[in-house]
This record gives sequence, C-alpha cells and structure tokens, in this order.
Amino acid sequence: MALDSMAEIVEKAEAGGKPFWQVVLDTDMEERQVTAEASFEKMRATWRAMLESVETYQGDRRSVSGLVGGDGARMRAYAERGETLCGPYLREVIATALCVGESNACMRKIVAAPTAGACGVLPAVLVPLYQAGRAGEEEIVKALYVSAGIGAVIGYRASIAGASGGCQAEIGTASAMAAGALTALRGGDIRQIGHAVAMALKNLMGLICDPIAGLVEVPCVKRNVIGAVNAVSCADMALAGIGSRVPVDEVIDCMGEVGSRLPVEFRETALGGLAATPFGQSVKQQMHQRT
Amino acid sequence: MLDIFDILGPVMVGPSSSHTAGAVRIGRMARTLLGGEPVKAKIGLFGSFAETGQGHGTDRALVAGLLGMKPDDLDIPRSFELAAERGLSFAFETVRLREAHPNTAVLTVEDAQGKTLELQAASTGGGRIRVDRLNGVEVSFTGMFNTLIVRHQDIAGEVANVTRELADVKINIANMSLCRDRRGGDALMVIETDQKIPPVARVFISELRGVKNLTYYERED
Repeated sequence: MALDSMAEIVEKAEAGGKPFWQVVLDTDMEERQVTAEASFEKMRATWRAMLESVETYQGDRRSVSGLVGGDGARMRAYAERGETLCGPYLREVIATALCVGESNACMRKIVAAPTAGACGVLPAVLVPLYQAGRAGEEEIVKALYVSAGIGAVIGYRASIAGASGGCQAEIGTASAMAAGALTALRGGDIRQIGHAVAMALKNLMGLICDPIAGLVEVPCVKRNVIGAVNAVSCADMALAGIGSRVPVDEVIDCMGEVGSRLPVEFRETALGGLAATPFGQSVKQQMHQRT
Repeated sequence: MLDIFDILGPVMVGPSSSHTAGAVRIGRMARTLLGGEPVKAKIGLFGSFAETGQGHGTDRALVAGLLGMKPDDLDIPRSFELAAERGLSFAFETVRLREAHPNTAVLTVEDAQGKTLELQAASTGGGRIRVDRLNGVEVSFTGMFNTLIVRHQDIAGEVANVTRELADVKINIANMSLCRDRRGGDALMVIETDQKIPPVARVFISELRGVKNLTYYERED
C-alpha cells in the first residue's frame, strides 16, 4: 500500500466508501505500523506547530542578510485600515504567508510543508479560517491528511526539492497541497480535490528557483503568497465545478519532467534568475564580505 | 513511498529543509555512525551546498548535527560557538565529485581515540537525506529506517547468520544491500529495519564469526 498516484487514492476511496483523508490515514497506519489515534495525534501536533509558527511571529525580526522581515506586520497594519482590494479572508492569507515565510528566514521554528522555503503556504490558507471560527481543529487535521497525501504523490512521481525541480516543485507542490486541503475542508468531493491539485500545479508550472545569494529570502517569502492565493482560487474554481482538462497525474508527471529539464542555474544554485540580477549579485558580494 | 510526516514536516528551524534540516541530519548521521563524540571534522561541500551553503545555515547546521542536535533545535544558529565550547574543531572546503546529488556533503570525522569515519551524503529534499558512501564503499540508505551497518569478512553464510539473529527477535527487514571490495575480503552489509534493534541482538551479531564491526542508527521518532 502506497501513495503512488492520485488515481490510486481515488480508486481506494471509492472502493472503500472512504473520504480522501481516511485513505491517507490508513496508509500511514500501515506504513509506520501505528494506531489511528497515534497517527492523528502526530498530525494534531503538526497542526499546532503550524499554528504556533503564525502566532509567534514578530515584525521586528530580521534575516541573516537583513533583506527579510517586517512585511507581515506591514500587511496586517494595512489590512486593519480596511483599504485592501481583497476581502477579509484573502488579506489575512497574504499576511500569514508573509509572516511564516519571514519567521523561517529568521531561523525560527516552522513546519516544512513540503519544504521550509514553502512553509508559509498551508498555514496561510488554514490558520485564517481557524482563527475566524470557520473551521475547527478536527476538520483541519483531516484536511492536513489530504494535503500530505497529495504531497506524497507529487514527491513520488515528480519532486519536492528546488534543487531538483525548481520553485514549482516547492511552492507549486505546497500550493497544490493547500488547494486540495481547502477543497476537502469546504466539502468538495474527491474528484474536485484532484482538479484543484491539477489546476494549482499547472498555474505555477515552470517556476524557477532563483534565491538571491542562495538565501531562502528573496523571492521565496513572497512566493509563499502566490502559492497561497493560487490555492484559494483553484479551490474555489474546483468547488464551482470547474475542472482541469489534463488529468491530475499527468500534470504531476509533467511538472517532474519540466523540473528535470530546467537548466541548473534555475535550480537553487543562485546562478540565474533574480539571483543573477545586478541587485542579486550585489547582495551576494555583501554576504561574502561579511564572512 | 514517502512518510507523510516528511511531507508535512519536519518541524524545524529555518531557513531551508534541504540546506538546514537535511544538513543537521547528515551531521547527526556522521556522529552516530562514528559512535562517539567527534573532536575533529573536515567538511567538504559540493554543488548547491558549496554554492549557497554559506550564510544559508548549511555550515552551522552540519556542525549542529555533529554536536548531536536535531532539526528543531533552536541552538542550531549558535553551533559554531557551542562546538568551540565542546572541543570540536572543524574546517570547510569545496569538493569536486562526479555524478553526485547537487546537495552533497563529504564529512571526515574523528573521535578522541583517533577513530575516523568518512561519509558522503546528500540532502534529497524536504529534510530527507541519503548516505551514498561510507568509508569509501558505495551505499544507499536514508535514516528513515533503523539502520544496521555490519562490516564483515566475505564468507559463505554471513548474510544468513546476521538475518537469523534479526528473525529471532522478530525484526522485519525493509531494505538491504551487500557490497564487498574483493572475494574473501571486506564486505559491508546495510540493513534497514521496521523495528528498533534491541542492544542484545546487536551484541549477538557483533560476536558472529567474521563480523569486524557494527554500527547502528536509530530513526528519529
């Protein structure tokens, strides 16, 4: 028993009359030889660590380079003035993605989901729903099983490492995981979850990994925002009954193929993209002079 | 397949699962397989580890792992200072390797008794690692299982002898590999198991004829 394709999860869910999250829970119990309670407890602890990573944010912290910090607080302050283009949920999604991404850059404790560079995406879409009382802990923990199952399939078929597949493998995967989790949380069925995943991955296909000076700071923190906002729009599309034309497993395979063909400059080496801009180069030089 | 808590997790100190959490685990793996407190370490960085490791915490993370820290230890940023306090001297260098994973480190570590260990490992994404080379022998294990590494003489029946000891204590083998340098020479058995291997079973295995030494890595809970 393994999570090798989305089609397989759908098949198991439909054959057993089970929801998506239950199939993932069953797999974890089998793989790690643990009880449902033990697995659920660990997922609950993971959720609480995620929540803590949001609640312990401090706007006055700065990263190693000094480039990152304070934007989460800036976004919140702006949101409180009531002038945002987007509504109360989405503006909190943006602020939360920034907060967690910044905390990560400042060497604070976060939950890699699926990686540290993308750690802001899932909390950004889930924590605001929880804090507004629109979702309870139990439902969220179930949604996290959905996201973990999606991530496991993508990790197996494609990649979740920027060094192998570019940013699409990190923020793209996180966005797909978040889109699936949101769809499940809002009552979408298993096929709608698959569509949300496919659309989220397609929208970020080809995104390169080009961190300035190799630090998980610029553009990583703000890419958590696009990962989160993309997840919300893809979940809403899926819930509206909009589907992906390309089947989800084919999209995942395609992402893996695109990633493996990305030039090495665009795979976390800090040799291309924004890292190679004059600004990026100047930051790199400053970092070298300091060490 | 991937453990779902490696997808949602680890809970870790930032900024990078591959360059920080994975690096901590590589350091910790080297410490565990050395079997003692390292006092000296030469740390070679390859690929993205060499390109972007510095200022990214990879260097501090590898040293933190050598000191026995886990990826969620808030002391990781202070590992250089802690190493000085605990008598671990270390030096970094850039290494060239053929066909290695882009996030690779080569660690040569030594304990106070002069025992050394050389390990080449890759950080393969999401904080997961894979050991690719151990004291010059090609291997492949991840630390996601309990891992027993047996160096023994290449004689008939040795695999059966070792696996019999594991079967006797109802331990299931998940993955296993065997490699020798030459016929009748040194062989290396790497056994990944689902269950933890109790100390008594390890003692029995170490006392088998032909077994030269044994190291054991227990997976993080």
